Amino acid sequence: MTSAEIAVDIENVVKRYGSFTALHGVSLSICENEFFTLLGPSGCGKTTLLRSIAGFEEVSSGTIRLKGEDITGLPPHKRPVNTVFQQYALFPHMTVTDNVMFGMLRSGWSKTDAAQRANQVLEMVQLGGFAARKPAQLSGGQQQRVALARALAPRPAVLLLDEPLSALDLKLRQAVRVELKSLQRETGIAFIFVTHDQEEALTMSDRIAVMSNGEVQQIGAPPDIYESPVNRFVADFIGETNLLDVDVHSVSDGMATLSLPGGHGFTCPAAAMRGAGKGHLSVRPERIALCAEGAGDLDATVTGRVYLGTDIQLHVRLADDEAMTVRLQNSETTIVPEEGSAVGLKLEVGAARLLAD
Amino acid sequence: MAAGATTSGGTVSNIYKGNSAKLMFPAWAMIGFFLLAPVGMMIVYSFLTKEFRGGVIWEFTLAAYDQFFFDRGLFGDEPPSIEWTYIGIFWRSIWQAGVATIACLLIGFPTAWFIATRRPSTRSAWLFMITIPYWVNLLIRTVSMKFLIRDTGPLNEFLLWTGAVSEPLGLINTNFAVQLGLFYSYLPFMVLPIYASVERYDFSLSEAAADLYSSIWTTLWLVILPVVKPGIVAGCILVFVPSLGAFLAPDLLGGAKTFMIGSLIEEQFKGSAGNWPFGAAASTILLSIVMAVLLIYARNQNKGSER
Repeated sequence: MTSAEIAVDIENVVKRYGSFTALHGVSLSICENEFFTLLGPSGCGKTTLLRSIAGFEEVSSGTIRLKGEDITGLPPHKRPVNTVFQQYALFPHMTVTDNVMFGMLRSGWSKTDAAQRANQVLEMVQLGGFAARKPAQLSGGQQQRVALARALAPRPAVLLLDEPLSALDLKLRQAVRVELKSLQRETGIAFIFVTHDQEEALTMSDRIAVMSNGEVQQIGAPPDIYESPVNRFVADFIGETNLLDVDVHSVSDGMATLSLPGGHGFTCPAAAMRGAGKGHLSVRPERIALCAEGAGDLDATVTGRVYLGTDIQLHVRLADDEAMTVRLQNSETTIVPEEGSAVGLKLEVGAARLLAD
Repeated sequence: MAAGATTSGGTVSNIYKGNSAKLMFPAWAMIGFFLLAPVGMMIVYSFLTKEFRGGVIWEFTLAAYDQFFFDRGLFGDEPPSIEWTYIGIFWRSIWQAGVATIACLLIGFPTAWFIATRRPSTRSAWLFMITIPYWVNLLIRTVSMKFLIRDTGPLNEFLLWTGAVSEPLGLINTNFAVQLGLFYSYLPFMVLPIYASVERYDFSLSEAAADLYSSIWTTLWLVILPVVKPGIVAGCILVFVPSLGAFLAPDLLGGAKTFMIGSLIEEQFKGSAGNWPFGAAASTILLSIVMAVLLIYARNQNKGSER
């Protein structure tokens, strides 16, 4: 990644509110034309980081560069980035067109150019017929598109999106995800998207930064994050997982040799910086197969069954009382064991991963 | 089955209608007794003949309005020319009330903004402090203002002591003193409605404006003021209208030179003039001016929202 390809470069950014530290020296780079997601639970610092890029928060220390230029000290109205706000923040006294033209007129566009561009952007978000309406006369989904059009119209260097889908209902949210992704491709600029919804992050992002407690836990493409989580937080936060206490004998070339609860030996990929000793193994519930008792890597007793439609969730308990979840696909050939029956569990080698902590 | 459902639905709504007519009674009684009756009386009296020691004779005449607008000489036998005295008093009143309203807006808006942007727990304490002076009677407050600003009052004594001025400012009995009195009397009526508007203001709108390349002043002008405009308009009406009819501040702080409508009207009913129909006519004219201004404003508002 050369510096020319980097849209936003965040270097060791710290943000303190009194004695509380919201960001503990965050560093990351966002490439041009990338859909980059900041993912984490509420209070993890993702929104603070986004607001620092927009200029609404003054960072306590560290540097934020936009296309190589230091913008750390600039007020929001001097930063060529635009934001789609969580509650949209549309100007209620202005028409849709006036809302969309607002940013262009403030940044020196001529009235005719701005009007033309407003039409173009409103067509792009399929709101061509709503130009004369006031925000209060639009549905939530339409307001969200106006907010998007307003932020995209002045051709920002980077678009910031602060949980823009959280106010929409599920069906609409799923449709907008696809549109947002194609809009990002169409405009060719970097989108920095903040969300706490892992499904949203996995479906739209080129890369995801998983955050917790003001720190970046892992950065990677969706499959990397899901299949190779580096630590317990990431494994637990992204999707469902089973965390097993294991004894690690040795780690070499990224592969760990360990013994599972019950004593079975097992070899699987390990996170970097991992040595021998006690550790946690992350196993996704859908990557476990059922077999006869004694024939698999683990033996367990079925304690409950939950019907989920596409899947059937099986709760099992190991000999040492550790609980695990297994997901079986709901098909005609699936045999679902009765509650109380003893089963063997076979772990797929590539799907289990030894975590760093 | 379907018919039964319809019937029961109809019964319910009728019960509500019956109740609502009864519930409306106090409101209609209020409007009738406190609004329509006094205003009606005022208008009727303005067309009656005056009794010399106050009161009216029930004979229709336009004399009161004639006296207001036309000068027919000392004995009423000269050809009519425009009478400027009362129009002048009206004009001065509008000017004084206007200055007081603008002063209230300039001070009241930042005050309301300050209070509305405090932590929610301290806002009520600030509002409480704004209203404390208003627990005291208006007459007493106006008199104390007179004592404060008169030539031998604390303000001038202090300025003389510091050497900022070499002789008293001579504030009392000026237009400025009246404006100050009106400003002081009605400031909370500006602060409270603006506060209510600003408190509801969504500050993410300011962030959105800043995000869209708008400086603080542009944001104030293009986003904040238009959004909180209802509060500003309500505040201006609540200050301007009573200022226009005020008589305590001009009487006590202004002296004879700064006679305003309120004093003119008061004099017709209580004072030496004792001309009820003329006082009623002046009140009717005042009411018409205020109503006209409000109607014009309301019509422009509607046009604006239909656009």
